[in-house]
Amino acid sequence: MNARNQNSLFYGVDRVSIMLYVIMVLLGWLNIYAAVYSEEHKSIFDMSQKYGKQLIWISGAAIIAFSVLIIDANFFTVFSYAFYGVLILANIAVRFLGREVKGSHSWFRFGDFGIQPAEFLKFAVSLALAKFLSNQQILINQQFRLRLKDLIKNYKNTFIALLIIFVPLVLVKKLQDETGLAIVFVAFVIVLYREGLSVTFLIIGMLAAILFVVSLVVSNISAIIISLAVLAAFSFVFIPRNKRNIITVSIIFSLACGVVLGTNFVYQKLEPHQKDRIDVLLGKKTDLKGVGYNVNQAKIAIGSGGLTGKGYLQGTQTKYDFVPEQETDFIFCTVGEEWGFLGSTFVIFLQLFLILRVVFLAERQRSSYSRIYGYGVASVLFFHLAVNIGMTIGLMPVIGIPLPFFSYGGSSLWSFTILLFIFLKLDANRLLILR
Amino acid sequence: MSGGNSYLNERKYFIGGFFALIAIIYIIRLFYIQVIDDKYKLDAQSNAFRYLTEYPVRGYIFDRNGKLLVFNEASYDLMVIPREVKGCDTMALCETLEISKADFFKRIKKACQHPNSPRKQSIFEKQLSPQVYAALQEKIYRFNGFFVQKRTIRKYPKPIAAHLMGYVSEVTKEKAEKDPYYKEGDYIGQSGIERSYEEALRGRKGVQIAITDVHNKIVGRYMDGKYDTLAIPGKPLYSSIDAVLQEYGEKLMKGKRGAIVAIEPQTGEILSLISSPSYDPNLLVGGKERAKNFAMLYADTLNVPLFNRALQAMYPPGSIFKLIDALIGQNEGVLHPGTSYPCARGYPPMGGKPKCHPHGPVDLKGSVAQSCNSYYSYVFRSIVDQSKFKNFTEGYNYWREQVMSFGPGRNLGTDLPYDKPGNVPSEKYYNKVFGKNGWRSNTIVSLGIGQAELTLVPLQMANVVATIANKGFYYTPHCIKGVGKEKYLDPKFKEKHYVNVTNQAFYDVVIDGMQYCLDGGTAYHSRVKDIVICGKTGTAQNPHGKDHAVFLAFAPRDNPKIAIACLVENAGFGGTWSAPIVTLMIEKYLKGKTDRPELEKRMLEADLISGKTSTVIEAH
Repeated sequence: MNARNQNSLFYGVDRVSIMLYVIMVLLGWLNIYAAVYSEEHKSIFDMSQKYGKQLIWISGAAIIAFSVLIIDANFFTVFSYAFYGVLILANIAVRFLGREVKGSHSWFRFGDFGIQPAEFLKFAVSLALAKFLSNQQILINQQFRLRLKDLIKNYKNTFIALLIIFVPLVLVKKLQDETGLAIVFVAFVIVLYREGLSVTFLIIGMLAAILFVVSLVVSNISAIIISLAVLAAFSFVFIPRNKRNIITVSIIFSLACGVVLGTNFVYQKLEPHQKDRIDVLLGKKTDLKGVGYNVNQAKIAIGSGGLTGKGYLQGTQTKYDFVPEQETDFIFCTVGEEWGFLGSTFVIFLQLFLILRVVFLAERQRSSYSRIYGYGVASVLFFHLAVNIGMTIGLMPVIGIPLPFFSYGGSSLWSFTILLFIFLKLDANRLLILR
Repeated sequence: MSGGNSYLNERKYFIGGFFALIAIIYIIRLFYIQVIDDKYKLDAQSNAFRYLTEYPVRGYIFDRNGKLLVFNEASYDLMVIPREVKGCDTMALCETLEISKADFFKRIKKACQHPNSPRKQSIFEKQLSPQVYAALQEKIYRFNGFFVQKRTIRKYPKPIAAHLMGYVSEVTKEKAEKDPYYKEGDYIGQSGIERSYEEALRGRKGVQIAITDVHNKIVGRYMDGKYDTLAIPGKPLYSSIDAVLQEYGEKLMKGKRGAIVAIEPQTGEILSLISSPSYDPNLLVGGKERAKNFAMLYADTLNVPLFNRALQAMYPPGSIFKLIDALIGQNEGVLHPGTSYPCARGYPPMGGKPKCHPHGPVDLKGSVAQSCNSYYSYVFRSIVDQSKFKNFTEGYNYWREQVMSFGPGRNLGTDLPYDKPGNVPSEKYYNKVFGKNGWRSNTIVSLGIGQAELTLVPLQMANVVATIANKGFYYTPHCIKGVGKEKYLDPKFKEKHYVNVTNQAFYDVVIDGMQYCLDGGTAYHSRVKDIVICGKTGTAQNPHGKDHAVFLAFAPRDNPKIAIACLVENAGFGGTWSAPIVTLMIEKYLKGKTDRPELEKRMLEADLISGKTSTVIEAH
């Protein structure tokens, strides 16, 4: 490479990622147009309509992307904690200074436009987590021990890392009442796993999740019996013969009972509409006019697309307002209806391709900071993809979270742009600096 | 760290594999619902659904004897979906509705603007008259984009209990935005029982999904109605109100401002709750008429008929408060049945203030019957100035706590919305008025006789007398004793609340005095031959005009069936107006008729508001 190229803005920046990004943003915009399309406002540039506004958001995103690439990468690494701190404060402030929109307190509003600071927490958490974990002294413990002394000594860092992740989660959920924006932070567990979180933790977490679902579906007693059986098998396989004693087994058993009872407790505490969403997903309720409405309409829209779809702007289900939130959280319905199975698959592949590309880039980093941040990006993108599309096809409960680059909305688009482009900048610098 | 850690490096394959696995599962699922499963395919002929909302009947409300208090009537609204209004015979429609073409376009425009939408249905004309409805039914096929929506509106067989029932009206924009159940134009209970039992009363809307063709004609039902939901009718409410007593009380209160609350002490059930002046609840039903009448009632600032005095008007209790003093005094051991205090037509230590009326020397029982002001000034001070307290304020706060256990100063938690707590002034308040340490028991001695800043709402007064009838406890007053066919009653209404005085003997003395109040005391003229009524008069000083007359009573003395409080504004002494009304109510409830027809006639005819009163019986 000659000197002129080295000074170029795009020197070393991954072209594949940028290409995927641009394709998705443009496809998203076309789909928003199709979703909101009405004959009175035919122009895609009509600024009074959402597709017009999305164009403004996209232009903003382009400016943000360029800015991120211009800024020295050190700016992000040095100020990681500062970003985190400022955004935490902003998210507290929005509870008190922001305007209430449909019962949630997550918006700063400026005239017609609104910003959700919680969206931007995603990249701040990625930065902070990368900063914390990349410190050479800090190790995420890889062994699993049950002794209290070991717990404190060996898991201190794990706990701090978990704290970095779960403080925003609790904050967004409690103060802003935005389940969708809050639950995203769970995705960072994948990063911890990559950096050494014990598999045992994940297995315990997974078992707890299975118990959780089981105890929602069946009654408490049966849940406990099933869990006993599962645990018996689990103990037999995983606990070494010499540690198979009554204390270990009873601790595990009481934990299991705790999960079952806790599930019931949490379930009772849920808002009625949240209960309903879970019931619909688990098939306990089939009231399609009430709570199952969104999901059923989404499935009808997607299902009616068939193999090749009805064609651009030809969708009836999405166009006639049968699907709620069709330009934001349910944008995938428009894809499914108008572009069919082929189009839907194409979109999923685009998303998956970008995520795997980010994983690939992350793995080629020499600095652990960049790698960890990269995994943060991939995890967040993946979580959005899985939950958003999962809910439209009835595999996930309805949680309001956007489809990256596709859904209407400035906050999410800008936040994903910042998230991705900081990583691309770090990646571009990978050969220059060893962090 | 992990650069050299091959163990962790392997994890990238797990993570990548996991991402890919989920994506593949999703694609398989998509293949299933989009290509294999026909369930989600739509009929090629149909290109749209129409959601026909079926509004459930709102629950009926019955009185305690099964009499209907409110039921429903059908009403029809004309709805419009603006974007489907194409080729509509506008002229004919305007003629049928008797509106101008300009008006027509104004309404269409309104239906298109936020929060309405051209694609959603909005109300075009509310509550069609039967004639217009009939005419429309014939021509509706010519009016593309319009259809008629059936709803129900409330109807009251008797024009009583307006404040209790509350009213139903269109949901506000804010509420409709917050609560997904409601759509603009839906009805919701705004006050009274209609508000507090809204969820039970409203039932649940049903929806039919109809398939329409390109010409917007309904051609069938989506999946043979598999996804339709039936409307679930609202639950009936079984109230504890006695419609006969309620009506009688409202007649007695006609021409007077004030309130009556009657409670069954053994259950806390409200037998009647009257706020006067009242209005015919039939005025506040439906849309157009409701708005007009509401404005009219709202504009009546002199009588304020929409104001529910029984729950919201905070009155000084006056002498009825002495009952609470007598109970607390005995409980503290500073007052005994034989205690007597001097009365020189007033409270001697303060130079004859508060004033008192002439009466013979009294013991505790006599002090209740004769309502001696001096006596209770002594009692009040003996409670708050007890030597067991470190200082005066501690004594005052202690007294306040005892009083509040009877209900004053806090919301009772009844099932009617918007009740006021009344007021027992706090230490902070007096510190602000008199300065810290600037007040003593003599400064605020009029609290002892229920004056000064002390206020209660009539419901609390009735609850106090119910507590005395029960000798130490009450059930939270409530007016619904069963929701739905299963007659569900919230367990909180089955819970006994004990006040801070529970010794039966203390109550017996006070009740003796209350019985003597009618046998030979301040309410002698209102005695009833064959029912043992225990009562207490009160005259609440009113800084704005003539004093308010208060009377509360329960009957019969053994096994009390009714506890009742009555307040008549600006009527002067409690024995004159309130005691006759209360005793007539008791007679009506226990016997079904009165033995004192002349008294009844005089009470029914008296018009205190415009000043036309017949001969006033002055009595002490």
